[in-house]
Amino acid sequence: MTLTVTRNATEGLGSVSSGNALELRGVTKMFGALAAIEDITLSVRPGERRAVLGSNGAGKTTLFNCVTGDFLPTSGTIRLFGEDVTTFPAYERIRRGLRRTYQISLLFGGLTVTDNVYLACRGVSRGRFSLIRPRKGDPLLTRTAELIEAVNMTAATDTPVSELSYGQQRQLEIALALAGAPRFILFDEPAAGLSPTERSELISILTGLPSHIGFIIIEHDMDVALRVAESVTMMHNGKIFKEGTPEEIENDPEVQELYLGDGHG
Amino acid sequence: MALVERSTPYYVPWVERIPPQWWAVALLLLIMPAIANDFILFQVFGWTFLLGMIALSLMFLAGYGGMVSLIQMSVAALGGYMVAIFGTSGVESISMGLPWWLYIPVAVVIAAIFGTIVGALAVRTEGIYTIMITLAIASAFFYFTRQNYGIFNGYSGFNLVVPPQLFGVDWRQAVPFYYLSLGCATLSYLAVVYVSRSPFGLALQGVRDNPRRMAALGFNVTAHRIAAYTFASVIAAFGGILLVWQNAQISPGTAGIPAVIDILVIAVVGGVRRPIGPFIGALIYTVLRTFSPDILTGFGMSGERFKLLIGLGFLAVVFFSPDGVLGLWVRWRNRKTRNRDPLTGAVK
Repeated sequence: MTLTVTRNATEGLGSVSSGNALELRGVTKMFGALAAIEDITLSVRPGERRAVLGSNGAGKTTLFNCVTGDFLPTSGTIRLFGEDVTTFPAYERIRRGLRRTYQISLLFGGLTVTDNVYLACRGVSRGRFSLIRPRKGDPLLTRTAELIEAVNMTAATDTPVSELSYGQQRQLEIALALAGAPRFILFDEPAAGLSPTERSELISILTGLPSHIGFIIIEHDMDVALRVAESVTMMHNGKIFKEGTPEEIENDPEVQELYLGDGHG
Repeated sequence: MALVERSTPYYVPWVERIPPQWWAVALLLLIMPAIANDFILFQVFGWTFLLGMIALSLMFLAGYGGMVSLIQMSVAALGGYMVAIFGTSGVESISMGLPWWLYIPVAVVIAAIFGTIVGALAVRTEGIYTIMITLAIASAFFYFTRQNYGIFNGYSGFNLVVPPQLFGVDWRQAVPFYYLSLGCATLSYLAVVYVSRSPFGLALQGVRDNPRRMAALGFNVTAHRIAAYTFASVIAAFGGILLVWQNAQISPGTAGIPAVIDILVIAVVGGVRRPIGPFIGALIYTVLRTFSPDILTGFGMSGERFKLLIGLGFLAVVFFSPDGVLGLWVRWRNRKTRNRDPLTGAVK
C-alpha cells in the first residue's frame, strides 16, 4: 500500500515551532461536579506516535474532545505547535493541521464517499464558500481520489456512505483525517469492530504515515496500540497514571494489575 | 435519510444527465401559451412560478441545510415593497421613481441583507426553535408594515406597481408575464441545482448531516448556515418582485401569517428533498386555490373554504408521505426494486 500525504504546508512550519506538537498544561474538564479529566499535563513532540490507554471512563475521549475544541476545557491551556489554542473553535484548530477521527463514525450519510472526502479536502483549503462546481482535473478532486485509493476504497467511490459496511466507514474516517496537510492526528479507537484483516490494513496505514505526522491513538487492542506507538500514556479515572515506552508499560506491575488483568503476560 | 439519491458523477456532460421526460416538460412549458388561455397562463402558471420560487428558497434551507425558516415570505415581500418604494407606484409621495436597473438590484440587496440578519439570529437555534424565531420575526414584519406609514404606507400599502415597459412589451400581459416568470423560475431552479453540487452546497449538506464533524473538518458551521440564508433570500426576493408585479399591488397581508404558512405548506406538499418539489407544490396549491371555489359551490359549500381542501391535502401528504408528493412518486417508481427477493434479486 502506498500512502502519500502532501507536505507543502508542513515543510518549514514544523521547524519554526521548535517546541512540542501538542502541549497540555493542567487541563481539567468538569461535567457538573464530575471531573472527566483532571489536571492533565502532557506533551507530544512533532512526529511522535503516542498511544493513550485506559479503561472505559478513564477520560480518553474527553481528552480528545478538549484538544479538538468540541468542548472547551474548564481550566488549563492547550498549545498546538507552540500556539495557545485553548479558546479557539474547532475549525481554527483543524486549519492549523490538527485532525481527528471519531470512535463512532461521524460521516455524512446522505453523501457519497467521494463527496465526504472532497468535503474534508475542501475544509482545509480555500474556497469553502465557492459556488462554482469543481471541474474535471480540479487538484482537490485528484487529491480526493488519491486519499480514497490510500484507504483501499476505490471500488466504493460513488456509494452513499449510509450503504457502506462498518469496516468501510472506519476506513473512510481515516481518509477524512488525512485530508489536506495534517501535522498531528488524534485517532479514537480506529480498530474497534474491525476484522483481523482490516486491522492489519489499518496498522500498515498508520505505520506508513510520513514521519513528520505525529499522532495520538486511543486503542483497546494492545496489539494495534503497541505496534504503532513509540510511547504510551496510561490514564485512569481522568488522570495520567503512567507514561513510558510500550515495553515499560507492558511490564509495569501496577499497570498489569490495573488494566491488563492478572492473567496477562 | 429515507430517499438516498445516488448523486451524479462530476464530469458527465450536462446534456446527457437530463432525462428525456424533463425535455418533454420543458417543451410543454415553452409552447404552453399556444395551448392555454390567458387566465391559465397568468393566474395559474404565473402564481405557480413565483410561489414556487419563494418555496424553493425554503426548500434550499430545509432540504440542504436542515433549517426550516418561516421568514422566506417576509423576505420576498420586502423585495416587493422595495420595488414599490424605489420604483414607481400609485403612492407618489413615497415612491422614488428610480429606473428599473437600479431599483431591482437595490430591492434584492436589501431583502438579502434582511434575510441574512434573520438567518444570523436563527442559526443559533435548532429545529422547532428555528421555526418559532422566524415565525416571530415574520409576525413582527407584518405588524410593522401595517403600522408604519412613513416607508411602508401602512394598511393600504402600494398599488399600481407594474413591471417596466422593456423592449416595448407590457410585461403584465398574460403571455409576456408567463415567459418572464417561467424564465425566473427556471433560472432559480438551475441555480439551486448547480449550487447543491458546488463546494458551498455540499458543505451545507454536510452541516445538515453532521455539524460537529464539519467543524472537525475545518468548516465554520455558523458562517455556512448564515450564508445559506443569504443565498435563499436572493431567490425569495426575485419571487417577491414577480409577486408585486403580478398583483400590481403590495400590502401587509402579502406577508401576513397565512401567507407565511402557505409557503411552508407548498414546500412540504411538493417535497423539500429536491428543488423541483416546491414548484409541484405551488402548482397543486394554485390549482386548488383557483378552481376549488367552483368545486365547493358545486357541493353547496361556501367558495372561500378552499383552504379546507388545501389543509386536508396537507394533512394527507404529511401523514402518508413525509417527503411530499415527490416522495410518493419516487416510491411508486421504485416499487419494482422494492419487491425484489432479497436473496435472488428476482422481481416478485
